[in-house]
Amino acid sequence: MKPEMRDNMKPRQKRFVFIVVAVVALALVVGLVLNALNKNVSLYFTPTQVFNNEAPQGRSFRIGGLVEEGSVKREKDGLTVNFVITDKHKSIPAIYKGILPDLFKEGKGVVAQGKIEADGVMHAEEVLAKHDENYMPPEAADALKKGETANASAVAATSASAPAASAAK
Amino acid sequence: MAINWFKYSAPTTFYGLAGKLIPWFALSAALLFAIGLYIGFVVAPVDAQQGEFYRIIFIHVPSSILSMFLYMIMAGYAALGLIFNTRLSAMMATAIAPTGALFAFISLWTGALWGKPMWGAWWVWDARLTSELILLFLYLGFIALHASIDDARRADRASALLAIVGSVNVPIIYFSVKWWNTLHQGSTIKFTGTSMHVAMQQAMFTMLAACWLYAIAIVLARVRSIILERERNTTWVSELPEVRS
Repeated sequence: MKPEMRDNMKPRQKRFVFIVVAVVALALVVGLVLNALNKNVSLYFTPTQVFNNEAPQGRSFRIGGLVEEGSVKREKDGLTVNFVITDKHKSIPAIYKGILPDLFKEGKGVVAQGKIEADGVMHAEEVLAKHDENYMPPEAADALKKGETANASAVAATSASAPAASAAK
Repeated sequence: MAINWFKYSAPTTFYGLAGKLIPWFALSAALLFAIGLYIGFVVAPVDAQQGEFYRIIFIHVPSSILSMFLYMIMAGYAALGLIFNTRLSAMMATAIAPTGALFAFISLWTGALWGKPMWGAWWVWDARLTSELILLFLYLGFIALHASIDDARRADRASALLAIVGSVNVPIIYFSVKWWNTLHQGSTIKFTGTSMHVAMQQAMFTMLAACWLYAIAIVLARVRSIILERERNTTWVSELPEVRS
């Protein structure tokens, strides 16, 4: 800004410019700080991050992902649960003794806090359920599920018939 | 006839206008609260995942939205007051703060009540919850700072600066669920649409409208009190029928 322009500004325009510049500068600083602290702000690590050794070693931390389908096994005491946390790329087995939240289900979101011991299993002290932002009545959810399985079987049928068709030629 | 909008930036004229508007906002708020709660708790179906528990969303989401919007409006008024030195802007900012703090508190409180049965925890230090807690502290800090300075005009300027600086937090709250891994789920109301069943949407938007109307009514009522308090030594206040009697 040229000096003569600054002299021509009314006090209220100066105050306006000052506030805008200050807020922009502050937003920039906060943005940079949060970006630098990215790892600390996130609540959990994904299984892929754990495999890439981005998660802290030898101390308690959180892993978040989905409970792998068919992986939940209860031990005989009825309290200890084995399950696998996956992000559909990498998976981490976990063991937890205690009461699980109602929403803990196979294929649904989960956040577990604990330590990965030498056996490569996360010994969880706390297991939280993470639900998604979609809300619908059970009938609609059923319809969606049926649609998905129909789609999946249609895809399977076409991929199965394609080699057969090419073989017939 | 052109309406002179600046006429109502003077406390003298705004006092009367606010008084006329309050009953309309208050009545429509009460009506919409009744309709919204009826749709939310009677008409809307249960949720496939969460059963009946999700119904707290009809209070949780509108109050969270209000807590963020009211902060931006408060900071906007505070900035107007700083820039133009208008008396009414600063009074509006001080009138909004308690209502904003109330909504931030309701948001955190209903969130905790919802989190315990669904997630399994009252509270986690994830980015969404923590930044909303900071919002509550910003409101409380604004109120405390304003109250701690005796000279009203100096109090306005000091607290306005706090409000403007704190406004950086509001986008952080909104985008926290996108930028970081959080336990809190993503936004249901997005720019691209809403991932919710129709009756649930109707309940939520009715409750949102009701909360807005309530907030406007209560802020207008509070700003009238602030005007009376601050201008008590002026002739126009002493000539008001409700003051004379």
